[in-house]
Amino acid sequence: MEIIVCVKQVPGTSQVEVDPVTGVLKRDGVDSKLNPYDLFALELAYSLCEKYGGRVRTLSMGPPQAKAALLETLYMGADSAVLLSDRKFAGADVAATSYTLKCGIEQMGEYDLILCGKQTTDGDTAQVGPEMAEMLGIEHAANVCEILEVTDKEITVCLNLDDKLQFQRMQLPCLLSVEKDINTPRLPSYKRMCKVNADGERVAVLTFEELSGAELARCGLKGSPTQVERIFPPEKNADKQMLHGSSAQLSDALGALLKERKFI
Amino acid sequence: MALKINQSLVNKENASQLIAVCPFNAIEEQDGIMSIGAGCRLCKLCVNKGPKGVITWEDEKKQELDKSEWVGIAVFVERRNETVHPVTLELIGKARELTEVTGHPVYAIAIGCGMDDIARELLHYGVDKVFVYDDAALDMFSISPYTSAFYDFIQRVKPSSVLVGATNIGRSLAPRVAARCKTGLTADCTMLKMRENTDLVQIRPAFGGNIMAQIVTSNARPQFCTVRYKVFAALRRSEQAQGEIVCMNVTAKMLKSGTEVLDAVKKPAEIDISEAEVIVAVGRGLKSANDMNMIQELAELLGARIAGTRPMIEAGWLDPKRQIGLSGRTVKPRLIIAIGISGAVQFTAGMKGADCIVAINSDENASIFEVAHYGLVGDLYEIVPLLIAGIKEGKYVL
Ligand SMILES: Cc1cc2nc3c(=O)[nH]c(=O)nc-3n(C[C@H](O)[C@H](O)[C@H](O)COP(=O)(O)OP(=O)(O)OC[C@H]3O[C@@H](n4cnc5c(N)ncnc54)[C@H](O)[C@@H]3O)c2cc1C
Ligand SMILES: Nc1ncnc2c1ncn2[C@@H]1O[C@H](COP(=O)(O)O)[C@@H](O)[C@H]1O
Repeated sequence: MEIIVCVKQVPGTSQVEVDPVTGVLKRDGVDSKLNPYDLFALELAYSLCEKYGGRVRTLSMGPPQAKAALLETLYMGADSAVLLSDRKFAGADVAATSYTLKCGIEQMGEYDLILCGKQTTDGDTAQVGPEMAEMLGIEHAANVCEILEVTDKEITVCLNLDDKLQFQRMQLPCLLSVEKDINTPRLPSYKRMCKVNADGERVAVLTFEELSGAELARCGLKGSPTQVERIFPPEKNADKQMLHGSSAQLSDALGALLKERKFI
Repeated sequence: MALKINQSLVNKENASQLIAVCPFNAIEEQDGIMSIGAGCRLCKLCVNKGPKGVITWEDEKKQELDKSEWVGIAVFVERRNETVHPVTLELIGKARELTEVTGHPVYAIAIGCGMDDIARELLHYGVDKVFVYDDAALDMFSISPYTSAFYDFIQRVKPSSVLVGATNIGRSLAPRVAARCKTGLTADCTMLKMRENTDLVQIRPAFGGNIMAQIVTSNARPQFCTVRYKVFAALRRSEQAQGEIVCMNVTAKMLKSGTEVLDAVKKPAEIDISEAEVIVAVGRGLKSANDMNMIQELAELLGARIAGTRPMIEAGWLDPKRQIGLSGRTVKPRLIIAIGISGAVQFTAGMKGADCIVAINSDENASIFEVAHYGLVGDLYEIVPLLIAGIKEGKYVL
């Protein structure tokens, strides 16, 4: 099985703040990590390859430092990795991200399966997988919670449709977005790290020019149909009422409120 | 930049050459008119390898978008348990409000099998037209046929905006259709506004709710967005049905798919706090698992569901399905009483939409008081038992 896993490097904490005066993101010194949701996709890929043979390659689009996230996937067991990195890719929304990744996948050659995480912790849209599948012209399933059967032409999966579980057989190649907690992701192995470092890290970094067939008009900020007009801190509740006093007074005030609003 | 078909040069011979050249089967010819379908991946083989001049590549000159060609707000109808998912009604309510600015109609697009009752029911909630794609093969959700039907609707009706519930189906379908339309999609919007020029202003939390982003799709149509359940309010059902139902043609081509749905089973009934009208939510202010008894008693008196913050789930005091917040559920009850909760953004992201928020916390600087409508600064171990006793005694009268 030839599997490509799409992974993203995300900020290490979600404590990102906006400066209320300038409206600019305060991002100083925030460290980065591999998107935690992608770990489940990676684990699925490794275990499928252990069972059916083949190869796991990983793909990311991001700034040069995103290479660290890809190295981590090599230490866990990926064969090689591709990083799409160019200033021309910057500022991409879902459509431009999916397009760029699609071009990367086409350049990586034959594949049976593309795996994505359920969502990212920074973009938080869960949309990149399905958009990429559409652009590649292959079937996809989101919220995949179990792999039931794999043959060389088809894969049978179970997906979570909120109130239902649906079982479906899909032609390969196809794309799956994987639910969290469907497995226990492995940790990067020290032994593999030493081996990867000794053999030479197999991370190819591709720029826009090296991505054959990519159209500039569909990449990065310019290629993004959605535009962020402004960012602002969430509003605070203006008409709040603070109640102080003894516990008896407070419980009486609350009781009266609940009565008045017909909750009791 | 786009492919241009020079129809005057089209004949039977070069048409069949072009159809053979296209690896995506995207080229069609009927009665001397050639068309390029959604399968097109802009590989340009038809330009480079096909008969010269029939299909050409028109460079640059970006066409100005004519927004007046795109009219109406369309809402995707999701089915749940043979009825309509409430998020659909919420989105119709919001669409109705948005069209007050533009005077546009509100459409619903229903894809499935046996959709008559659902379509008729929607006419009580403020839609002008319900477009129905009804076919036995559409009974169960399958991504390719649903995408094709949805895309057919967009091409024929040309709505300006499309709203889809951020359910698991919506989150899978909306990006697929948006990508086929080569337009933008904004996920999980919490506020929507309409501009007079029909631009939809989409506001969503970013970076885990620490920041709000205001997003527009001003150079592409339709403007797609998804919205979670319970973010907007549905209109009251009107006695009178209004609007019309339009049956759409389902073609064999639409039903083509590389996925075969084998079976679907209902998930066992779950504790669902997202449906609750009244919620008592607890946090780490609670000292021991035993204290849940007191909370249980209060919840029973109020007819409330119990929910909590992530640490309560991690401690094993509450079922994971009762977690509110970014990595838990979003709730929109009429009343939520937050007891011993500090009010981290990851928590408040999931409950800010409640009609009435009461917070009990001994720390007057706790950030839960920033979202609370009524903030009680005091010890939960005194206030809650007094309140329980008071309710039982029938102490509170108007
Ligand atoms: C990526 C990410 C996702 C997360 N997702 C979620 C999520 O979905 N949901 C969630 O809840 N959290 C989530 N968290 C965790 C979140 O950041 C907070 O840690 C958590 O919400 C805090 O829970 P708490 O308010 O119960 O506890 P604490 O922050 O410890 O607050 C306890 C409060 O109780 C008060 N208190 C103590 N004793 C009393 C008393 N006797 N009477 C009255 N008040 C008292 C204290 O003053 C304090 O304010 C997430 C974190 C991250 C990083
Ligand atoms: N820049 C990126 N590089 C590689 N994969 C990505 C990128 N952005 C998103 N993905 C993949 O798409 C999934 C969904 O991301 P999102 O739509 O941002 O929530 C992630 O879990 C990744 O598998």
